[in-house]
Amino acid sequence: MSASRTFRVLPGFRLTLGYTLAYLSLIVLLPLGAVFLKTATLSLAEFWTVVSAPRVVATYKLSFGMSLAAAAINAVFGLMLAWALVRYAFPGKHLIDALIDLPFALPTAVAGIALTALYAKNGWLGQYLEPQGIQVAFRPLGVLIALVFIGLPFVVRTVQPILEDLDTELEEAAASLGAHRWQTFRHVILPVLLPALLTGFALAFARAVGEYGSVIFIAGNIPMVSEITPLMIITKLEQYDYTGATAIAVVMLVVSFALLLLINSLQAWTASSGKTGTGRDR
Amino acid sequence: MSSSLIRGSLLAFTFAASFAGAAHAETTLLNVSYDPTRELYQDFNPQFAKYWKDKTGQDVTIKQSHGGSGKQARAVIDGLEADVVTLALAYDVDAIAAKTGKFPADWQKRLANNSSPYTSTIVFLVRKGNPKGIKDWGDLVKPGVEVITPNPKTSGGARWNYLAAWGYALQQPGGNEAKAKAFITDLFKHVPVLDSGARGATNTFVQRGIGDVLLAWENEAFLSVNELGPDKFEVVVPSVTIVAEPPVTVVDAVATKRGTAEVAKAYLDYLYSPAGQKIAARHYCRPAKPELADPTDVARFPKVKTFTIDGLFGGWAKTQKAHFDDGGVFDQIFTK
Repeated sequence: MSASRTFRVLPGFRLTLGYTLAYLSLIVLLPLGAVFLKTATLSLAEFWTVVSAPRVVATYKLSFGMSLAAAAINAVFGLMLAWALVRYAFPGKHLIDALIDLPFALPTAVAGIALTALYAKNGWLGQYLEPQGIQVAFRPLGVLIALVFIGLPFVVRTVQPILEDLDTELEEAAASLGAHRWQTFRHVILPVLLPALLTGFALAFARAVGEYGSVIFIAGNIPMVSEITPLMIITKLEQYDYTGATAIAVVMLVVSFALLLLINSLQAWTASSGKTGTGRDR
Repeated sequence: MSSSLIRGSLLAFTFAASFAGAAHAETTLLNVSYDPTRELYQDFNPQFAKYWKDKTGQDVTIKQSHGGSGKQARAVIDGLEADVVTLALAYDVDAIAAKTGKFPADWQKRLANNSSPYTSTIVFLVRKGNPKGIKDWGDLVKPGVEVITPNPKTSGGARWNYLAAWGYALQQPGGNEAKAKAFITDLFKHVPVLDSGARGATNTFVQRGIGDVLLAWENEAFLSVNELGPDKFEVVVPSVTIVAEPPVTVVDAVATKRGTAEVAKAYLDYLYSPAGQKIAARHYCRPAKPELADPTDVARFPKVKTFTIDGLFGGWAKTQKAHFDDGGVFDQIFTK
C-alpha cells in the first residue's frame, strides 16, 4: 500500500476502489450493519444478559476453542499434504489433489450426516472406537472432527502455490552450507511458508466458527456440553427473539474479527520479517 | 465518492428491481406447512383442485412449502406470501399473527376443533420385542434407558413430547409442579442426543441405532414402522398422552391482496370434509370427525387417555413462556 503515490501504467484506481467499496457495502457491510442495528434496540444491560448467559458462554468456549484446535490441526496436516503433493510424484496424485477440494463442494449437511454415520456407535469406525471408550459422535470430539473436515482445503490450497514456487536449490544450498534437516526446515523453508500457513489457518478458523450444517448432526447438541454458538442463534430465532439472535451474532462477529485481525497482522509481520531471496511477499 | 460510481450503482439497483415486479394471473395457493405433512398434502391437493374445478370451473394450483414449523413461520413473518399456513403448533401461528397482524389474534376460534382438522398424539417407538420393557412414561427414567427426543427449543414436535411427559407426571397420584419438574429433569438425563428437529431425531434412533425409545408423533411413528419394517420397531402407547393439535388458518391479508380469500377458505374447509378427513386418517393423523373417515383407518388408532394444552397448561402463550423461553424450566434443567 505504501506505493500508492507512484506513477501507474494502467489507470483505474478510482474505478476499482469505487467498485470495491460499493461491492463490499452491498455484500458484506449492509447485512452486517443490519445485525448491529437490530442489536442496538437492546439496552446495554439486556445485551449483556443475553450474551453472558451460562449456556451461551459454554457455546463460545466450544465454538471458538474447537475452531482454533481444528485450524491448528489443519495447519500441521494441511502442510504435510501440500508438501507431499508438491514435492513427490506418485500414482493417483491428481486424484488426491482433486479430493482435497471436496469439503468445499459437499453440502455441509451431507458431510455432517456422513461423519455421524461413520462415528456413531453402529458406524464403520464408531463400532471399533466405542469399545475402547472413545466416543466421537454426539460429543465435543465429533465437533472437532467435523470442523477439521470442512477446514482442510484452506491450508492446503494456500500453502501449495508457495511450495511450488520454492526452489529445492535453496534447501540444497542450506545443506551444502552444513545445515541439518531440521535447521533447513526451520530457517529456510518455514519462514517462506509461514505467511501462507497463517492465512490458511485464519481461513480454516473463520470457516469453522461459522459452520452450522455439518456440526449440528454430529454434535449431539446437549446444553452446556456440545452446543455450538450458531445453534444458540437458531434457538433464539425459534423463540422469535430476533434481537437476542443478533446480539449473539454481534459477539461472534466481534470476536472473529478481532482474532482474524490478530492473525492477519501476525501474518503481515512474519511476511516482512521472514522475507527471503525468493522475492515473494504474500 | 465519484458521481459515476453512484450512477453505476443506481443502475444496477434498478436492473435488479425490475425482475421482482412480475405478477401471476392464474389462481395459485401457497400452503406453508411443516415437515411430516408432506405426504398428506400431496394426496390432498389434487383432490381439492378437482373439487374446486367441479364446483366453480376454476383451475387452482396449490404450491407446497415444507420445513421446520418455526422456520416456516419465520419465513411468513419475513414476507413469504402464504395464503394458508398449516403448522405444527398454535404458538408458531400465534407468532405470525402477533408479528405481522395479517390475520386476527383469535384465529384459532375460526375453525372447528381449535382450527385443527386432524390431531395426533405423542407415542413411543421402541426396538422390536421392546427389550427394555417400556410400557409407560415412568419406564423412560429407569437406569440404562436411553431416550431420543429433539430439542424443545428448536423443534415444535419436541415441545409436544416434553409437555406430554410433564402432563403425565403432573397427573400421577400426588403429582404437582415440583414433581413434574423433577421427572422432566430426570428424563432429559436419559437423553444422549438432542437433535434440532423431529426428522433428525428419527434418524438418530432408526439409522444410527442410538437409544431405546423414540418419542414421536403418532403419525411419524406409524410411518417409521411401515417404511422400515414391522420386524424392526414397534409402537408403544403410554397410559396417558397429549393431544397434539397442528392448526391451520388463512393468512387474510395475503389472500385478500392476491384475490384468493374464497379459495383459501374453501381449501381449509375441505380438510374438514369427508374427503379431507379420509385422507388425514389414511396418513395416520387422527381426524377431527372420525365418523367421516374410513372405519378401517380409524380402527388403527389405539385408544388412549389424553389431555390438551389448553386444559392442562392454559394455552401455548403461557406454556412457551414458562417452559421454553430463555430462563424457562427447560433451561433450568441444564443450567440449574
